[in-house]
Amino acid sequence: MTGSPALPLSEHLLVVLVLLPLGTAALMLALGQGRRTTKAVLNVASTTAGLSLAVMLLAWVHGQDAAAAFAVYLPGNWPVPYGIVLVADRLSALMVVLAGSVGLAAVLYALARWHQAGVHFHALLQLQLAGLYGAFLTADLFNLFVFFEVMLAASYGLLLHGGGNARVRAGLHYIAINLVASLLFLIGVAVLYGVTGTLNMADIAAKLPLVPEHDHGLLHAGAAILGLAFLTKAAIWPLCFWLPPAYTAASAPAAALFVILTKVGFYAVVRLWTLCFPSDAGDSAFFGSAALVWGGIATVVFGSIGMLASQHLGRLAGYSIITSSGTLLAAIGLHEVALGTGALFYLASSTWAACALFLLVELLERARDLATPPPRIDDGQPLLTAFGESEPPPDINLDDDARALVGRALPAALAFLGLAFAVCALVIAGLPPMSGFVGKLAMLAALLEEPDVAKWVLFASLIVSGLLAALALLRVGMRQFWSAMDGPPPRLRLIEMLPVALLLGACVMLVIRGEAALDYARRTAEGLHAPHLYIEAVLAARPRPSAAVDGASR
Amino acid sequence: MEVVIALAIGVLAGSGVWLVLRPRTFQVLIGLTLLSYAVNLFIFSVGSLTIGKEPIFRPGLAATLENYTDPLPQSLVLTAIVIGFATTALFLVVLLALRGLSGGDHVDGQEERP
Repeated sequence: MTGSPALPLSEHLLVVLVLLPLGTAALMLALGQGRRTTKAVLNVASTTAGLSLAVMLLAWVHGQDAAAAFAVYLPGNWPVPYGIVLVADRLSALMVVLAGSVGLAAVLYALARWHQAGVHFHALLQLQLAGLYGAFLTADLFNLFVFFEVMLAASYGLLLHGGGNARVRAGLHYIAINLVASLLFLIGVAVLYGVTGTLNMADIAAKLPLVPEHDHGLLHAGAAILGLAFLTKAAIWPLCFWLPPAYTAASAPAAALFVILTKVGFYAVVRLWTLCFPSDAGDSAFFGSAALVWGGIATVVFGSIGMLASQHLGRLAGYSIITSSGTLLAAIGLHEVALGTGALFYLASSTWAACALFLLVELLERARDLATPPPRIDDGQPLLTAFGESEPPPDINLDDDARALVGRALPAALAFLGLAFAVCALVIAGLPPMSGFVGKLAMLAALLEEPDVAKWVLFASLIVSGLLAALALLRVGMRQFWSAMDGPPPRLRLIEMLPVALLLGACVMLVIRGEAALDYARRTAEGLHAPHLYIEAVLAARPRPSAAVDGASR
Repeated sequence: MEVVIALAIGVLAGSGVWLVLRPRTFQVLIGLTLLSYAVNLFIFSVGSLTIGKEPIFRPGLAATLENYTDPLPQSLVLTAIVIGFATTALFLVVLLALRGLSGGDHVDGQEERP
């Protein structure tokens, strides 16, 4: 915090990030049920602005060059433990950027077809983003619950977007599971409040050493119940059976956006557990880490087997999310900076790749399934034509070289699909030279230092899960691209390819700028392992003297 | 009073859990409602159970929890009630949609095969 009376502009970023999507959603609802084009333009503009703000926040937080960099904002200008606080450290900034990028990809993809399938798609998507940004930035436990609910309520609507029997059935299960998880969340919050008398996360962490010995059982019970709620969201085994049906049933852009929802559960666990149960917390030190590690390993194994067993590509993508969740939880449960570095790098790459995979699922299904009618081409959006097509659409000029090709050329759309799928598969399976490999390598290298049983088991399960994922994705690839194609080549719109290309391009950038990304991840992990810095930064925040109050008091 | 509240929470939560695990959608809905009542009572009881004390500051009375009841759990309960009510209403809509689409009230959209 600077001492100058005027708040630095960059600290307002925190509240603007939450208010921007909320305001956009309200505006869209006021526009009524029609005006799809206006809403689409608004949505793209707002999501792009949100992503740019998130990137600015990340650059600003990282540029502060301290061991743990913080931006603290008091929305109501109340003193710290009483008012709500928004805090951004490196982890929050990273999560916000991930949420923004996934949101932008979903919006762009939906512009092709999906946003026409229901009236309030754009508003729901903005509300979902508002909930995500808020959950990542808040430093208050009950406020976290409220943003969780905003995010979940929007996700219920998005899951049902498009309608149909399968979606409604999956939606019913999804809502029931999440309502029960929310109730567990409330019980956990209530118990923690009863034990510590505060809801500010930094204040809870600061008060924990003062909790009397006979209350430790209650404290641990409350934390465990709270953890159950987060882990249900993060899809740890055996709380993950809701995920594949729900994500398979969801429309492609909604499923792509939901990829970040499991990471919210992961984020909440990391945030609270690193704050409240660090190594110097006496008999609460690393409370529950064994459950995280072994649960994470079981999740990796379950997800990998599920990937191998899936016949439907959407289910396979769902299980790949479970696998990546398990990897992250097990790595974080071991409480080591080097391991956390690899895990955070892997977090970024697996989020982007899984998001791209969910978008590709629909495009690939369309390529295979001739029963699915191709998208209408009469609304003036550019199509990528096949090079060898005999009758090009009248609105697109083919150049002479392409027409002169002899024999059956590889259609450009199919080439794009194949390439994108290959990159996606490499990232998810963690094979070189893509970003998944860098993240996994960093984790594996960290696991080899001072190994014990849990580390060896995690090491083995990471390697085997990579192999199983590669096998499963290879099988799908062979079935999709190497079998005989009957019927016309798939038609893809440029607007459908753009988000996939952007997401995979981001994964490639992670490799090219690997050193900078790993450095960021390392400093994030170091910040997480020094929770006193976070606590001090939050508790040191002071309300700004306001001109109105000064005038009144005089 | 603690025993009465604890019994009430226990009975509500127990019935709620049992109903949530039933195969009929309406039973699940009622179960979720009962569970949320139980949780709301629980949050309320976290702020220490007292009779005849209000959370409003009065001059001449020291501002400690001896003299007042804790206002925070009450506001938490209020928020939780609002959110729970809204999400339960949404669940009801999905329940009706599933009934319309599948023609039955089984949570899986079809009866179990014997």
